[in-house]
Amino acid sequence: MTTTEQIKTVSDAPVGRPSRWKTVARIGSTLWSNWKSRLGLIILGLFILVAIFAPLIAPYGGSQDGFERSSDASAAHWLGTTAAGEDVLSQLIYGTRVSVFVGFVAGFFSTVVAVLIGLSWGYVRGFIADVINFIVNLFLVIPGLPLMIVIAAYLQNGGIAMIIAVIVITGWAWGARVLRSQTQSLRSRDFVTAARFSGESAFRIVFREILPNMTSLIVGSFFGAATAAILAEAGLEFLGLGDSTTVSWGTMLFWAQNSNALLTGQWVLLFAPGLCIALLATSLTLINFGVDGISNPRLREGSK
Amino acid sequence: MAYALRKVGLLLLTLWAAVTLNFLLPRLMPGTPADAAIAKLSQNGPVSEATRAAIEAQLGLPTGNLWQQYVDYLRQVVTLDFGTSFTFYPQPVSELVTQALPYTIILVGTVTIVAFVLGTLTGVLAAWKRGTWLDALPTLTGTFASAFPYFWTALLLLFFAGYVFHWFPTSGAYGPTATPAFDWAFISDALYHAALPALTILVTSLGGWILGMRNAMINTLGDDYVTFAEANGLKSRTVALRYAARNAILPNLTGFGLALGGVVGGSILVERVFNYPGIGYLLYNSVVNQDYPLMQALFLMITVSVLIANFLVDILYGVLDPRTRR
Repeated sequence: MTTTEQIKTVSDAPVGRPSRWKTVARIGSTLWSNWKSRLGLIILGLFILVAIFAPLIAPYGGSQDGFERSSDASAAHWLGTTAAGEDVLSQLIYGTRVSVFVGFVAGFFSTVVAVLIGLSWGYVRGFIADVINFIVNLFLVIPGLPLMIVIAAYLQNGGIAMIIAVIVITGWAWGARVLRSQTQSLRSRDFVTAARFSGESAFRIVFREILPNMTSLIVGSFFGAATAAILAEAGLEFLGLGDSTTVSWGTMLFWAQNSNALLTGQWVLLFAPGLCIALLATSLTLINFGVDGISNPRLREGSK
Repeated sequence: MAYALRKVGLLLLTLWAAVTLNFLLPRLMPGTPADAAIAKLSQNGPVSEATRAAIEAQLGLPTGNLWQQYVDYLRQVVTLDFGTSFTFYPQPVSELVTQALPYTIILVGTVTIVAFVLGTLTGVLAAWKRGTWLDALPTLTGTFASAFPYFWTALLLLFFAGYVFHWFPTSGAYGPTATPAFDWAFISDALYHAALPALTILVTSLGGWILGMRNAMINTLGDDYVTFAEANGLKSRTVALRYAARNAILPNLTGFGLALGGVVGGSILVERVFNYPGIGYLLYNSVVNQDYPLMQALFLMITVSVLIANFLVDILYGVLDPRTRR
């Protein structure tokens, strides 16, 4: 974010409305210029394409069964079949949809909650700030996985929507804390004081003046939250706490362990879904390498 | 002193909030444990009102209005009386917890300490030798390890070291013929069974310590007093350990305190993969079997231990870094 770019944005767009697309394009090009995040974007893009075109790519339906049970890899079933007679490759392809969807939706909502709470918390002072401080610290300190598991247990087989809700409830606090400390340091800057003296409302100062300065932090916490969401979803489904009839990487691992794929030596059943989860999560981590560079030029590649 | 008193007050308030949350959670959710039990029964045919009443009586469900339930619940918490387990009826919850606790504390506790020491030292080395392969290798592996689903690492270890090569046992905390006793035969057997879960937790938690220590130490390495110490001609080992690392360790120490508090919660997914009979596995079992008294007691215990660890870290931090006392 150099000064020249800022001036250009202001002069091009109609007064008071900087184009959102320009911001998105700028973030995109910053990410693309870093080889780590470029690699991450490519891997993520592939997974998104697989998720969208799953019905075209997959040789069979995701939950289509009736094939030979627990068979090894063959020309008809490249990765073999499960103990229930489903095609592993097709399940893997359809499973992409769940992980990508949960990652993005849960990541998005966690970030929205984190932004709303983190920014207001950083801006207000006094008693309300203390109350929010207490609540956020409570959510930070309560162990996440046990809380997720307990809530999931009370909601009983709620499926994807339940899993997303559980992840958002347990996952917003970290981002809120990071955004709050940045808001606190921006609050005393001149442009905020100027906005306050010109009579703008607190809401407008926080979300129109301060918020645009934290784009990289918000993008970063989105990818962080999405990574955590993908891992949490897989973990919950692996424990059998989701809807075990959904075809996802987590449930594939759940069925692999419960149908003794380990004993029969069908290591693909175990290896493939886990590798996909790891790759997808790694791609988001890679993208986050470049996100740090959006706000801090010192962290950009090649400028050490 | 005022700092400590304020922290004690905050601890009590947080404890109360956690206890209340544990009370409210099941009541905010749709259905009761009896509903769940009846839903299971009704798959085999209609359930009569009398059966329903019998189930409710057997499960010892709370009676009275919400306030009365809350008071009863607080009394239970204070006297550590968590009732009887549904699944392991008629064993009391406290007995189940006492059985599982030693396994988790020994396994996860030992590994957490080893991982912290090893990871922090590697982090110091990586920061001191930054720019070389001694920095790149641990930093890169640490970063990617954090994106791996750690139960997958556990499953792969279980498959290769357990099922394919038969190096280690595949499940449980001791062999079928062993009886828990304090002798060499049992202890060696238990260690043999703990090897794979321990290795999984070590591999998956090491990265965080390395990265945390490395990043904090790179910051302190840029400080004037480090340059000054170097200019004075002190040995580089002395500068690294006594000057830079000593100030950089504070954030990692916070993490260590929290991790020690988290030990009680065990490592749910790892304990599940290896069927290791610790607290995490017990929590998993209670959730799968909808054993609400057991689940509530475990969740409360896990939360309280983290809260207390957090409190101790705060106090320690105040002693180590007077600036935080304000």
